[in-house]
Order: sequence, then structure tokens, then C-alpha cells
Amino acid sequence: MNPIQIPLLIPVTFLFASLLTPLAGLLGRSWAHLVSLAGAVFVFFLSLKGLGAALAEGPLRYYVSGWLPPMGIEFVLDPLAGFLEVIITGMTVLVLIYARKSVEIENPDKAVPFYTLTMLLMTGLSGMVITGDLFNLYVFLEISALAGYALLAIGGKRAPFSAFRYLTLGTLGAGFYLMGLVFLFMTTGTLNMADMSRMLPLVNGSFTVTTGLILIILGAGLKMGLFPLHTWLPDAYTNASSAATSLIAPVGTKVAAYIMIRMLIISGFPPLIELLTWVAAAGIIAASILAIAQSDIKRMLAYSSVANIGYIALGITLANPLAFIGAMLHILNHALMKAVLFFAAGGIFIKMGTRDIFQLRGLPKKMPFTAGAMLIAVFSMVGIPPTGGFFSKIYLIFGAIEAGTWFFVAVILISTLLNFVYFFRVIQTSFFKPYENGGTTDDDVKYESMEMDEMSPGMLVPTLIISVVIILVGLFNGAIVDKVITPGHPWFSG
Amino acid sequence: MLELIEGYYAYFFLILLFLIGLYGMMIKRNLMKKIFGMSIVQTSVILFWITSAFKENATVTVFDPGIGLENPDLYLNPLPHTLMLTAIVVAVVTLGVSFALIIAIYRNYGTLDEPRLLERTR
Repeated sequence: MNPIQIPLLIPVTFLFASLLTPLAGLLGRSWAHLVSLAGAVFVFFLSLKGLGAALAEGPLRYYVSGWLPPMGIEFVLDPLAGFLEVIITGMTVLVLIYARKSVEIENPDKAVPFYTLTMLLMTGLSGMVITGDLFNLYVFLEISALAGYALLAIGGKRAPFSAFRYLTLGTLGAGFYLMGLVFLFMTTGTLNMADMSRMLPLVNGSFTVTTGLILIILGAGLKMGLFPLHTWLPDAYTNASSAATSLIAPVGTKVAAYIMIRMLIISGFPPLIELLTWVAAAGIIAASILAIAQSDIKRMLAYSSVANIGYIALGITLANPLAFIGAMLHILNHALMKAVLFFAAGGIFIKMGTRDIFQLRGLPKKMPFTAGAMLIAVFSMVGIPPTGGFFSKIYLIFGAIEAGTWFFVAVILISTLLNFVYFFRVIQTSFFKPYENGGTTDDDVKYESMEMDEMSPGMLVPTLIISVVIILVGLFNGAIVDKVITPGHPWFSG
Repeated sequence: MLELIEGYYAYFFLILLFLIGLYGMMIKRNLMKKIFGMSIVQTSVILFWITSAFKENATVTVFDPGIGLENPDLYLNPLPHTLMLTAIVVAVVTLGVSFALIIAIYRNYGTLDEPRLLERTR
């Protein structure tokens, strides 16, 4: 296969899979699952190949129907886009393996729509990452958003209402993005990203451009759940089915963060991002404190997502190479950790029948492998070496030191302590809760009679794979930074 | 100041329209009215794009033998119009999804009033 076609094939394969999945669903649920899984695996290998080609020979560019930019739409797979693409497609493959059993138990009659919408969501997300045209990005944004609303509405009784609140705010975010884009378009007359980044320095400091950028960043912030705009996120994540949450939580918000990175690179990091750094720092602390107040494990994880989006935004807006590496590494790490934690939360809900973190006693006795995988993810979340989370945080701290902003160093350290508080409540109740009254209370009796009842292999295997990957990312983070993130870096590649 | 208003009054009205839609989405209690507000926001953005394509003394982008091709300034920029066709389709699809969600909410709870829904979902 000619590597030049890879940028086009990535979204188009997902699109075709989303058309084929409902047809395969006529034959049976397992066929729909097989078709969507085959599509995701194919795209995963395509993105690996594309990333390799982009690192070896520079960005791959595909001009749709032969129209050259800036007139036509181009799809660009540069190292940065390839890195994101490998993360999101890899996560999709693992989530689809997990989803088979999980959807079967939670929403068996919604299985075919679930796989179809997953493929449609990935069409949008992979398209957003790979496109080189700002209006095309809006179209892919809406594809992924609409699929996402429907996906999050599959779930319990409350799910449609929380999905509706996400819909209103998400549409508003897309509206802000489009409104901001018209300001940039009026000034520069182009929609091509590369062309735009050449034009914007010529009109530097123009009031129109600044307004447009503020609106676009506001729109991206709404989509990624940046702190004061995060209100849709906890409800939507809590009430959706566990398979949908574990797909959207690691992947969806990261791609919105990627839009923010792209826009800041295009606009050459304008001075207004200093304000954004403060917003991100406030978000890290506030969301961590809110996470401590939760007793529902999925809700706690959702608030922790908001805090981690704050880390990513902080790393981007500090605007120096080390912080940027930290942010990119954190995108990878956070996707991995959140997937494991949401996988585990889904499995725990099925087997132990509760999402209350104070009733998780006996988790390691009942589900030893899940508890082990969760422990690794929690270590990574808090930042204990040699897990991946330690290294992304250390890069962020070095970045803040290089920027000379000691306040943000303190913010990262304090938030690590807060992480410690809310995650170790879970560990403490499940692993170390002591006997009371000599082991005669109801709770103790229940604990004594517990037997091993691990979640089914289809759900366990992806959880264990990712938890091993978390450690591997930690051990080989130097190679990832040198070979993949640095070439994708705007200050190094020029 | 007067010149600014005279030159850009269409944009000011559209921003006002955007804010009216935003008000509807944020303040109104009925979910149906929130959807109205959402629609108004989308429409104002679409009109903003169309207005940005306006040129004085220019005509639609269809070749006119009377005007010729020498002076492209006499034709409007067709790009915003074509892009907004896509945006209109997106707006329609969003409406469809939101109505589907509203039907599901009404079936589950029997009301579309937001404070009451928040009470019942607790």
C-alpha cells in the first residue's frame, strides 16, 4: 500500500465500518462486534504504519480529489497527529474487546447501535486529528459530537438527561468554534491550517484575530471539559454505560485538547494563553477537591478527568519544550490510566453490585487481578515511579521551573497530594479495612465469606494489557519522548 | 463610534441574536425552550458567516456576460455560502438528536421541566 493514502484511509475505514456494522448486525450481535473490531484493528495498524512513515520521511499529505491547498482540503499526518492517532485507535481496539461482554450484560438490546456509534465517533475523532483544514475540522467535530451524545445516552434511566445537558453545551462549544473561525476567515481569507499559520503573523495583534482565537479556545475548552466549563462531564460520565464511558473518557477529551494544541501552534502561542495557564491551575486544584467529595467511583473518576485535563492544558500553555513534552506524555498516560480505572469500575459494578467506594471492602479477595491492575493505574495517577504518570508529571514540573513560574510547580505538587487522598481512600477501604468488634459485624462476616469471582476474561484481558502498557510507558518514556514526541514538536520541527 | 455602528450594524445585531440564544439555553427551565435557544445560536453563527461574504455593488457568483471576468470584485465570495450549507445540515441533525433525547427523557420522567428533572434524577 502506498503510504500517501494512509491519511485518507484512517477516517474513511471507520466511516465504512460504521455503515457495515448495522448490516452485519442483521445477522447477529457478534457479527456487528466482529466487523467493528476488524475495522478498528485495521486502522490501528494503518496509524502505526503512518506514524512510522511520518517519522522517517516527514508529514504525509493527501489532497482530497487532487485540489491542492490552500484551495482544496488536505489531510496531514505529521508526527504529532500520528502520535494521537495511534493512542486513540489503540484504545478503541481494547475498548471494543472489553465492550463485547460489558454491553452484553448492561444493555444487550443496544449492542448493535453501540458498535455503530463507536465507529461513527471514531470517524469524527480520527478525522479531527488528521485534517489540515479548519472548516473540515468543524465537520468532523460535529460528527464525533453527535455520535458521542447518542453513545452517552445509552445507559441507565438518567443517561438521556445527562446526555441532553452535554448536547446543549457541546453544541454551544461548536457554535463558539464556528463563530471564532469566521473572524479568522474574515481576516486571512484562508481555512487551511498551514496557510493560516503563515498569514496570522502578518496581522499580529489585530483585534478581530484575538476575538476569534478567544472564541475558538472557549469552544475547545467546552469540548474538553476545562475547569469552569466542565459541568456536563461528571453527569454524562457517571450515567452512561461503562463501555461508553471507558471509550469517551480516555479518547474524546484528549482530541479536544489536541484542537487547542493545534490552534495555539497555528496562532504562534499568543500572550493571552497566560490567562489560560491560571485557569488550568485553578481547575487542577478545584477538580481534585471536588473529587475528594464524591463517593461514587465513576463520578470521582470523572472529576479526576477534569483535573487531568487541567494538567494537559497547563503543559500546553506554559509554552516551553519541556512542558509541551509533559503535556503530550500526559495525554498518553492519562488515556491509559483512565481506561484501566473505568474498565475496573465497570467490572466491579457487575460483580460486586456497587459503585460506592466505601463498600469496596474485599475487592482484592474477590477480584485479585482487577485490584492489581487498578493498583498500577492508581500508582500512575498519583505519580509513583516506575509507572508512566510519574514521568509526565516530572516533565510538567521541569517545564514550570524552566518557565520560572514556581507557583505552578507548587500547584502540581499540591494536586499530587490531593490525588493521593482521593485514590487512597479506595485502596484503603478495599485492601486494609480492619476488623471491628473482633470480626463479628455483618460487614466482617460478609468479607469472610467472600470467594474469588473475577470478571470474565474478555473484560479482564484488555484491563491487564493496558496496566502492563502503563509500566512499559514508564520504563521506555525516554524512547517515546526522543523518537515520537520531539519530532512532532513545533519548536524543533519548525 | 457612529461610523463603527453604521458600518457593522449587521454584526452587532447578530451578536445580540447569539446572546439571546445563549440566554434561552442558560436561563429557561423548559428543555424545549433550551432547544429553541440552541437553534437561535446556530442560526446567528450561520448568518454571521453569510454576512461576512457581503460586498457592496457585487452580485451572485454566476458568470454574467454583462459584467465579464475582468473585475472579480463585482462577484461575491461564494465560499462562506457553500460552507454554511454544511453547517445547516449539521444544525438539522443536532435538532434531530436533541428531539430524540427529549422523547427519551419524557418517557423516563414524564416532565421536561429542568428543576423538577434535577430533583427526580437525584
